Amino acid sequence: MDVDMEIQKTKEERQKMEDLAALTSLTFDTDLYSSNKFDGYDQSIPVNDDDDAFDATENEIAKKMASFTAPKQFFKEPLRTGDDDEMSGFKQPGKIIDREDDYRRRRLNRIISPERNDPFLDKTPGPEVRTYADVMREEALKRKEEDVKREIAKKKEEEAAVKEKAKEREAEKPKKRNRWDVSQDENRGDKKAKAGSDWDLPDSTPGIARWDATPTPGRIGDATPSISRKNRWDETPTPGRLNDSDATPAAGGATPGATPAGMTWDATPKLAGLATPTPKRQRSRWDETPATVGSATPMGGATPAAAFTPGVTPVGAIDIATPTPNAIMRNAAMTPEQYNLMRWEKDIEERNRPLTDEELDAIFPKEGYKILEPPASYVPIRTPARKLLATPTPMSTPLYSIPEENRGQQFDVPKELPGGLPMMKPEDYQYFGALLNEEDEEVLSPEEQKERKIMKLLLKVKNGTPPQRKTALRQLTDKAREFGAGPLFNRILPLLMQPTLEDQERHLLVKVIDRVLYKLDELVRPYVHKILVVIEPLLIDEDYYARVEGREIISNLSKAAGLATMIAAMRPDIDNIDEYVRNTTARAFSVVASALGIPALLPFLKAVCQSKKSWQARHTGIKIVQQIAILIGCAVLPHLRSLVEIIEHGLNDENQKVRTITALSLAALAEASAPYGIESFDSVLKPLWKGIRSHRGKVLAAFLKAIGFIIPLMDAIYASYYTKEVMIILIREFQSPDEEMKKIVLKVVKQCVSTEGVEADYIRNDILPEFFRNFWVRRMALDRRNYRQLVETTVEIANKVGVADIVGRIVEDLKDESEPYRRMVMETIEKVVANLGASDIDARLEELLIDGILYAFQEQTSDDANVMLNGFGAVVNSLGQRVKPYLPQICGTIKWRLNNKSAKVRQQAADLISRIAVVMKQCGEEQLMGHLGVVLYEYLGEEYPEVLGSILGALKAIVNVIGMTKMTPPIKDLLPRLTPILKNRHEKVQENCIDLVGRIADRGAEFVPAREWMRICFELLEMLKAHKKGIRRATVNTFGYIAKAIGPQDVLATLLNNLKVQERQNRVCTTVAIAIVAETCSPFTVLPALMNEYRVPELNVQNGVLKSLSFLFEYIGEMGKDYIYAVTPLLEDALMDRDLVHRQTAASAVKHMALGVAGLGCEDALVHLLNYVWPNIFETSPHVINAVMEAVEGMRVALGASVILNYCLQGLFHPARKVREVYWKIYNSLYIGAQDALVSAYPILEDEGNNSFSRPELHMFV
Amino acid sequence: MQASDRFNINSQLEHLQAKYVGTGHADLNRFEWAVNIQRDSYASYIGHYPMLAYFSVAENESVGRERYNFMQKMLLPCGLPPEREDD
Repeated sequence: MDVDMEIQKTKEERQKMEDLAALTSLTFDTDLYSSNKFDGYDQSIPVNDDDDAFDATENEIAKKMASFTAPKQFFKEPLRTGDDDEMSGFKQPGKIIDREDDYRRRRLNRIISPERNDPFLDKTPGPEVRTYADVMREEALKRKEEDVKREIAKKKEEEAAVKEKAKEREAEKPKKRNRWDVSQDENRGDKKAKAGSDWDLPDSTPGIARWDATPTPGRIGDATPSISRKNRWDETPTPGRLNDSDATPAAGGATPGATPAGMTWDATPKLAGLATPTPKRQRSRWDETPATVGSATPMGGATPAAAFTPGVTPVGAIDIATPTPNAIMRNAAMTPEQYNLMRWEKDIEERNRPLTDEELDAIFPKEGYKILEPPASYVPIRTPARKLLATPTPMSTPLYSIPEENRGQQFDVPKELPGGLPMMKPEDYQYFGALLNEEDEEVLSPEEQKERKIMKLLLKVKNGTPPQRKTALRQLTDKAREFGAGPLFNRILPLLMQPTLEDQERHLLVKVIDRVLYKLDELVRPYVHKILVVIEPLLIDEDYYARVEGREIISNLSKAAGLATMIAAMRPDIDNIDEYVRNTTARAFSVVASALGIPALLPFLKAVCQSKKSWQARHTGIKIVQQIAILIGCAVLPHLRSLVEIIEHGLNDENQKVRTITALSLAALAEASAPYGIESFDSVLKPLWKGIRSHRGKVLAAFLKAIGFIIPLMDAIYASYYTKEVMIILIREFQSPDEEMKKIVLKVVKQCVSTEGVEADYIRNDILPEFFRNFWVRRMALDRRNYRQLVETTVEIANKVGVADIVGRIVEDLKDESEPYRRMVMETIEKVVANLGASDIDARLEELLIDGILYAFQEQTSDDANVMLNGFGAVVNSLGQRVKPYLPQICGTIKWRLNNKSAKVRQQAADLISRIAVVMKQCGEEQLMGHLGVVLYEYLGEEYPEVLGSILGALKAIVNVIGMTKMTPPIKDLLPRLTPILKNRHEKVQENCIDLVGRIADRGAEFVPAREWMRICFELLEMLKAHKKGIRRATVNTFGYIAKAIGPQDVLATLLNNLKVQERQNRVCTTVAIAIVAETCSPFTVLPALMNEYRVPELNVQNGVLKSLSFLFEYIGEMGKDYIYAVTPLLEDALMDRDLVHRQTAASAVKHMALGVAGLGCEDALVHLLNYVWPNIFETSPHVINAVMEAVEGMRVALGASVILNYCLQGLFHPARKVREVYWKIYNSLYIGAQDALVSAYPILEDEGNNSFSRPELHMFV
Repeated sequence: MQASDRFNINSQLEHLQAKYVGTGHADLNRFEWAVNIQRDSYASYIGHYPMLAYFSVAENESVGRERYNFMQKMLLPCGLPPEREDD
């Protein structure tokens, strides 16, 4: 039988292939491999580089996998970097919770409080209503509870300590000291304070408690993969991994065969195995299936016992695998994440289920095929887990039957909601689920109907399309009072606490609140605290716009509810035990203050800041003042004295935290009011200066900060006195190991030093030695913020004491062994020298400086910010002619580095040349520069585009400085070398190259033959495609220079030909170039050819000509008066053309023309043209009408307003509204542009009845 | 008008113009326009001192009186507005 023979043959062939692939033996097929082993090799090296442009990885793979193919993108796929998706344009909408830190997530711990009594209503509150007193009592209770707990904890700790001690005494041995001892012996005070502070935090519940606290019902705590618990399974939620996540522990446990290794090979037939040498990271789909089945089954509600019995095919499991949304609804325990996973995994399973014998039978024809025995080596699957993989047999006959359409079937997409509501996300079900029950609206009570209505509108706002959203928002606003505050906020606020909320959704919901607030006005009073709980977290959001939004809401809220209600709502939170709550409340209060005015809030603030009951209240009160200062800036000035008075006693508070925040608030107030208001701070000066002597650590840092901000406000004498006072402490604190303290000290030093009254001598003698000893150390360069602060401070000091002192002290450090430190030194020197020049630097220092800079420049290994380069440039430029002796050495270095292996080094060397070229010229080192020019010229073959760009930049700098005639290599050699480089598509190369070519065309065109310039012209056309505007601009300018050099005819011919190309940007740039050529070579050289080109019956060309004319008249301005009569016939024709673009472009040409020749006596031609423009005023296309209107405006300038008014008069009262509208539009722009000029031209109106319209004044005659 | 046109500069042009006092629109009637013309004229006379001086010579009044008169005339320059027929 021929089938058998064929099969036999195939088998043999495959055997051979496998042997080959195995590479175990060296058998060659002679028919495939000739004896000549150089067969198939390239006999010669390709001339151009195009051939061997290859992707190394692709080649590698291709070599290894020559025997099979797949689309290329699949080979590349595993090689992609993981973060690739973030580069793909727009950011996916992110959940807010994903970017929040732990502190911000504490917002979820807060509970939306029940509504409170509105004391402004004229009735006594019932017992069920929470009043202010109730809330205060609750808070007090909570505090007491906290106190008791703390007491208990303390007691336990003490007991433990005592026990420990007793044990120790028993042991009587010198043991390793444990932490209890430490707290006992040394840090007792600190420890206590710390314990106290820890108790403020709500985190006393260990572990991840945030899910428990979520006020949303019906969530399984563990099911949601939390961010903090990021393990590798969380990274990509591939369905196959479900069994490893905690969502389905049972299923995961029941699949013992989930070991992925080796599975592929025994599970699949050999052929398929051959075809999938999958890279490790790419998971084979064969691995996934068992897990899927295992986990999906129990969810559907099947009895898992049956499914896990080995050997039994789980018949019927397939029937229940489709989860309908209703099933999900019933199964309230499922989270959206689970739901999504399930949906996805089911989909994958459906697609990838292996074919059964029956199915194969049905697919293949009966004739011509034979069913083979399994090979002897085939081992059937024995593991029970793998058994699960076996396809469930469908219960019906395997033959294909046309499925009956089941209209009622619910697919696994959420079903369409009734009444055109938008899609619901899985996580929305718990809020909007009620909308899915299609009950009859009639049977619902009015209250329920209202609720449903609100829910529908909110869902539309949250998930709907923009038009849906808009109408829903409007309805919500309009009916706000009808709905009532309660039902509205009870629906909106829980949505805002949803953990899966995204930025956009939050923005929309916040907008709803904002709109509703306006309408509800005083009705919001009972809900103020509720709203605040939800909105306050926005005030500390990292997104600026969220903060602004939060501020706006709170400010509107306070305007709607009034100060008394706001205070009553927030007062209990002021001494809340949770620091988070106090912090956000303080910020909210500052917003209230800015909305209702500071004076209104002052009495309350005063009372809070003096609270005897708890330090927390005082702390928050003072913090409110700080936040006010930060929020409203210099607007605190009128209230500065009262604000300072309110908080000043905090400097002597018994609580350390209160003292700290007081000092910080003073700093904020001083910063906000600078440079005014020192008199308001008089009362705090003494406690502050006293305080810095008695305090240590954090408090001292805060005090110093306050002083740092107050000193710049002082008069010179006082500033000097107080600086000296504080400097003792500052110098002492120079040695502080605390990073925060270091930063503050540096900042304060900077502020003190920059103040007027502080003398240079004092700084030099008293501050500098210690300053340099303590701060100019290597360690400071390692932390980014320290580094910056130190540089700033040192530069500020240098401004006072001069260059020589500072540079002299640090110049030696340019040769330090630590590179970051050298960089810091270099940056400081750069800034100092750039600020103050180098005239103070004496010969010795100059020598040291150059030496150090050369060393630092040469020794740098990594420098992304170009600090060394900038420093070198700045120093050389400020030294000017004094660098002459060092130039040979510098150039030697540059030359050596230009030849370096590292591209970065070469690039920097070239960049350095362009920085110092001017100075080299000043020093008269033209020969040296010529030499460098030759060197650079030799490096034009550079292959790294970044480096090549820098080399071209360096050449440009040299050419600019020494001029075209003295340039070596001579221009006639240099330019032909540049022509091919113009082809380079790299932006930096293009930009530098075109600049250089343009420069040569401008100044030294005569050194180059005209033919070369023409060649360059052709290259330049390509550059018009560049993305960067600078390149395109340089290119069109270069066209102008070239045209000037070799005459416009040839260049113009090239450009006119280029008008025929398809690409718009290219054509536009060409028209600009034509206009520039016309401008540089006088219009009469260009216009004839240009106008002749208009005869080409091609749309693009004609439009190009018109556009050129438009640019041309824009550029030549007044010169246009000589050409206006020449081009008028052409414009006439264009303005009558059928094509819209013709008329548009011609109109803009007319505009430029009219503006150019205004007042030069060309009115006849202009009126003529206006007659052609005028009919176009009825155009509707935006660009055309725009151009036409501008042309009319241009005519107004050139012809005078009265002419245009007379054109207008015919249509202002036209019977057709469409006509009137257009004419009034023109009239209005005329009126706005030249109101006064119209007075004399208004028509004489007949009197009418009682109304007299005459204007007799203009008839007066003396 | 297409949906995209609704937001471009041309549709806003009328809105922009409407911000200025004295501009008109398709429903402006003869009386309203005339009032605008009158007020513009008087404002212009007052604004140009030579004009004011010329008128004062012609009318044999002081410049200040003339200015005052013009300003007074800017209130109801054409008399009371006529009754509207259509509404």
